[in-house]
Amino acid sequence: MRTASPTSLHVNVWRGADEGEFQRFEVPRMESQTVLDVVIHIQRHLDATLSYRFACRVGMCGSCAMTVNGRARWTCRTHVTKVLGHTGDVLEIAPLNHLPVIKDLATDMSGFFDKWRDAKGYFAGERTRHEPAARVDPASAARKAADAGIECIGCGVCYSSCDVVAWNPDYLGPAALNRAWTLVNDVRDTQQHARVAAISSDAGCHSCHTLGSCTERCPKALAPTASIAGLKRLNGKAPRGAHE
Amino acid sequence: MNAAISGWRVQRISAMVLALCVSVHLVTMIVVVHGGLSAGAILARLHGNAAWGLFYAVFVLAAAAHVPVGLRRIAEEWLGWRGASVFAASLLVGVVLALAGLRAVYALIGGPL
Amino acid sequence: MSELDAARSGKITDGGVRRKTPGRRADARARNHPAWWAFLVHRLSGLALAIFLPMHFWALGTALHGAAALDSFLAVTRQPAFVFAEWGLVTLLAAHLIGGVRILLIEYRPWSGLRKDLIALTAGGALVAGLAFALSLTL
Repeated sequence: MRTASPTSLHVNVWRGADEGEFQRFEVPRMESQTVLDVVIHIQRHLDATLSYRFACRVGMCGSCAMTVNGRARWTCRTHVTKVLGHTGDVLEIAPLNHLPVIKDLATDMSGFFDKWRDAKGYFAGERTRHEPAARVDPASAARKAADAGIECIGCGVCYSSCDVVAWNPDYLGPAALNRAWTLVNDVRDTQQHARVAAISSDAGCHSCHTLGSCTERCPKALAPTASIAGLKRLNGKAPRGAHE
Repeated sequence: MNAAISGWRVQRISAMVLALCVSVHLVTMIVVVHGGLSAGAILARLHGNAAWGLFYAVFVLAAAAHVPVGLRRIAEEWLGWRGASVFAASLLVGVVLALAGLRAVYALIGGPL
Repeated sequence: MSELDAARSGKITDGGVRRKTPGRRADARARNHPAWWAFLVHRLSGLALAIFLPMHFWALGTALHGAAALDSFLAVTRQPAFVFAEWGLVTLLAAHLIGGVRILLIEYRPWSGLRKDLIALTAGGALVAGLAFALSLTL
């Protein structure tokens, strides 16, 4: 039950880099306000020096991911009312965890994508435009497994939510491993051996302790936990890929 | 087969063995603890019993395989202790558990009354 | 070159340069969900059992010196503190067992979510085991 909402929000926004502090802003409260609306308002009307990222603002690109009241989320798809339980609660906006902070709410995601590369999270095929397209049955078990994880857009929410990433700096992380799993299940791919070797080290799937934060927080309702379990079941044996 | 995979496999397979052994052990303990424990009762049940001896030996070895992997993970992740030394320490823990456990099994099954 | 690659190129293997994950860290708000509690219970119960196990083996090993030796140890275990510790260990063992079965199912069986029903069973089953032990001991 809600009484008339108050007219302003208390907002704490992270300023600085890895070291820094929260700065308090008072932002006009509106109906149907997202956290991204709040951040944009602050930068445009209150403090032009605030650094942050967004792009599509409709939940497609993942650029606006930040830590809101302790949890990694897409700020464009997070209504303020979802985060604030009681009137007077403070909205706390911080950058994603486990990534170097460039400034304020913007992080350096190159390490995140380097791990994606290291997990061989990219496709390598053998056919050219001169050959017919590969025929892959969408109902096959492998394709279904790949499809279950293929919608990842690399937003970093899962990586930011995973405590194993915090405890083990080498851990490839849920996003990279999820993508690797979709490619393990891609019958057209030609680097299965290298991929399985890459995800079978201590930096790989066996460091996952099924904390489940990735699956809980993924804004696309993907389940990296499931993909990583699949990788564990490989036991270091690569599937039969296309001619390697 | 590299260390990460073999550690994981050892721990998962020993976990399956332990799931059975621990279930039996929990039920057994809940039953025998009724009315209090006494050495006489324990030894009367176990002494010279090859079936129990085999059960507990398997139980001990599975535990000796299972415990070190978990402890090593805790050391690596929460104490920052990584590398060959923590791996060696975990192996030592496993060996000590196996020896101490088998000694206890012998004490109850084959030892003096 | 990213910070990650730069740090790695200077890295010495086997206990050399101690790198840390960059950036900020999660706090309890991020960890407040059932699968995380299940992990914590599983790890801490495993740790407690790992510490207990050598003592357990040593205690049983006193039988090497005869039944009387084991009996004199068992007399010590009748103290309330001991009985409480035993109950705690039985409860933790049951929790570790059921939680462990949940992990095995997640890893080896087809995906069926984070199996929160088994998290509930872990809590409930541990309670039941501890209760059964306590009742058996005291009634």
